[in-house]
Parts: sequence; structure tokens; C-alpha cells
Amino acid sequence: MAQPGFVPPSSADFFFNPAVGSSILATKPVMLLLFSVILISAFFIVSARKAAVVPSRLQFAGEMVYGFVRDGISRDVIGEEFQRFVPLLFAIFTFILTNNLFGVIPLMQFPTMSHIGFPVSVTIFVYVVYHFVAIKKKGLGRYLKEMCFMPGVPKPVYVILAPVEFLTYFAVRPLTLAMRLFGNMFAGHLLLLLFTLGGQYMLKSALFVKFFSILSFGLAIGLSFFEMGIQCLQAYIFTLLAALYIAGALADEH
Amino acid sequence: MATQLLVKAAAVYKDAPSPVVPSVAEIIVGLVAFSILFVLLRTKAVPMFEKAYAARTSAIEGGMERAESAQREAEAALKAYTAQLNEARGEAQSIREEARVQGAAIIEDLRGKAQEEATRITAAARASIEAERQQAVSSLRHEVGALATELASKIVGEALEDQVRQSGIVDRFLVDLEKSEK
Repeated sequence: MAQPGFVPPSSADFFFNPAVGSSILATKPVMLLLFSVILISAFFIVSARKAAVVPSRLQFAGEMVYGFVRDGISRDVIGEEFQRFVPLLFAIFTFILTNNLFGVIPLMQFPTMSHIGFPVSVTIFVYVVYHFVAIKKKGLGRYLKEMCFMPGVPKPVYVILAPVEFLTYFAVRPLTLAMRLFGNMFAGHLLLLLFTLGGQYMLKSALFVKFFSILSFGLAIGLSFFEMGIQCLQAYIFTLLAALYIAGALADEH
Repeated sequence: MATQLLVKAAAVYKDAPSPVVPSVAEIIVGLVAFSILFVLLRTKAVPMFEKAYAARTSAIEGGMERAESAQREAEAALKAYTAQLNEARGEAQSIREEARVQGAAIIEDLRGKAQEEATRITAAARASIEAERQQAVSSLRHEVGALATELASKIVGEALEDQVRQSGIVDRFLVDLEKSEK
């Protein structure tokens, strides 16, 4: 056993030492996150700056993303009062999409959202907003009553249904929202790591095994494109669910 | 070998924090970063995009409105033009009417004037004829007197000549003659 065995990637690979000092601000995910804020705001502020009737190519690109969130998600899901929530949903979508895509962009190659703290922070926003909107609109009592006792159900069923509904609104929704995004990004990145590190390991092995590294690298590349799809999809799902929760909070009955 | 791997893996996992337990620091960083992004997009990007949308909508609506107003204007112009044309036609009609009336008046006037002139000429002619007649009558009278006197003096003698002249016998005779004629 002269040669060290293959060490599979683990959750440890997701944790980085600070580049300088010991502050968390200097770790890779945080720096990527802050970079994404600069990148997104710069892009959209610059592209929207002129607000021309006939858009330039840049403005058109910005409007395409904005229009997708505004009309494709916000208006279609929330309806009448959608305009109020467009900035939030727009920020959520671009924030998550950009940070997810960092996972396949060369040199960055780390999906920030695979650190659960970040999905959690966005989820906190959504959580606060949809409860706040509902309480403001219906009042706390009516909100809780409508939540736990949906009409048209036989009375004894409420014994089970009421706690389930309550848990759904207050625990399951935020948990699933954050976990879904985190899990997808985490697993995707782990998968890419596995095939990349595996290929690397096999490349250093015996000649016969070297050939298999081609297969491994090929898979890593193919999966990168697959990941790109998932990253876009997850950003969309997160935004869509946020819109759905807000729409549910605004609806008179659910 | 398997146990070695496991030991190795266990060593790695022990060092690393659990991936599902969020780090509070990261949550705070995430909240702050997201808040900044949210505020920036909300104040700088979204209003501008909405402005562009609104401008586009109003440009389309404005274009339609402009077309409509142009059509209205055209219709109004046509109406005004038609009205003007009718008015002009009426005016022409009235001018023709007036001209005809005026023409008739002028003709009437000229005719009157001609009549008057004719009357005047006739009257003048008549007066001159009368004057000439009077003149002829008086000269005739005078000559008749002279001839008669001459004749009478030839008959009666020269002596009577002065006496006749003084007493106006001839005139009396002529007056008597006229009277008897009547």
C-alpha cells in the first residue's frame, strides 16, 4: 500500500480557509456572494439606466431577465398586486441564479448556495414577507384560522389537518425551500467533484487506468452542462415558490 | 484497505462542519448581501425598467391617439372645406342675383335717362319751332302791314302816310282782322 487510496470528495471540500486572516468574509463562498451582488446590481443598473423606448442590446438583455421574473413569474402567479413583489422576486431570482451558476463558471467553480447559510438567509426574507403580507391583509387571527381550518372539511379531520397545515406554513415551507436549493447545489457540486477528482486520480494511476480518466472527465464536463440546467431550474423554482407563498398569503381562501 | 479508507474518511468528516447546519455568520452575510442587492435593484433597476415599459406602452398608445386625432382633424377639415364650398356657392349665387338686379336697374335707369333726353330734345325742338313760328308770324305781320300800307298809300296817296303811321290804323286793322278770323 505504497500508493495512497482514492479519497472521495466529502463535505469537507465545501469548507474553505480564509484567504487572509481568519474572518469569514475572506472565505471563497462569501467573496463569491459579495461579488455576485456587485455583478448583478452593476449589470441591471447599467442596462436599465437609459430606460429607452427602443432598447439597446444591453437593455434588451436586462429586460429579458426582468420581464421573465415580472411577467412570467410574478404576474402569472400573484395576479393583480404583483407589482409590489417584483423587486423582491427579481432580486431572489438573479441572486440565486448567479450564485448557482458560479458552480460551473471556470475559476469560480463553486455554487455559493451549496453553503446552507445562504439559502437560509434568502428563505428568511421570503418567510418574513409572506407572513407579514398575510397578517397585514387579514389580521393574525383570521390568518391562523384560515390556515388551520380550511372550509369544506369534516370536523374530525381538523384534528390532524390543523397541526399539519400549521406546520406547513411555519416549518415545512421554509425548511424545504432552503433545503431544496442547498441540496441540489451541494449534490451537484459533489458529483462534479467526484468525477473530476476521480479522473485526476486515475490519470496518476497505471497506464490502463489512465484511459478511464477520459471517461471520468467527459462525464464531469457533461454533468457540468446538466448542472447548469439544474442551477437555472432551482433559481426558477425558488422564485416561483416564493411567489406562490406570497400569492397564497394574499388569497382570501386557500 | 477498506478500513483504512473508512478511517481516512472519518478523519476528514470529523474535521469538517456538518453541511446542513447553517453557520450564523454566513446567514448574516447572506442577509446583508441580499438586502443590499434588493435595495439596489429596487431603487435603481426596477423603476427604470418599469419606466421603459411605461414609455413603450404610452408610445404605442400615443401613436394610436395621434393617428386618431389626425383622422379627426382631417374629418373636421373636410367638413370645414365642404361648408366653405357651400358658402362660396351660395355667395356666388347671391352675387349673380345681385348682378342681375343691378343690371336690370342700370338698364332701367339708362332707359329712363334716354327717355328723358328724348323728351328734352323733343321739347327743345318744339320750343325752337314755336319761336321760329312766332318770329315768322311777327315778321309776316310786319311785312303784311308794310305791304298793305304801301299798297294803300299808292292807292290813297302819299299824304296819308304820316297820318297812318301816327294813328296805328294798320295795327287796329290787323287786330280786327284776327278777331274776325276767330
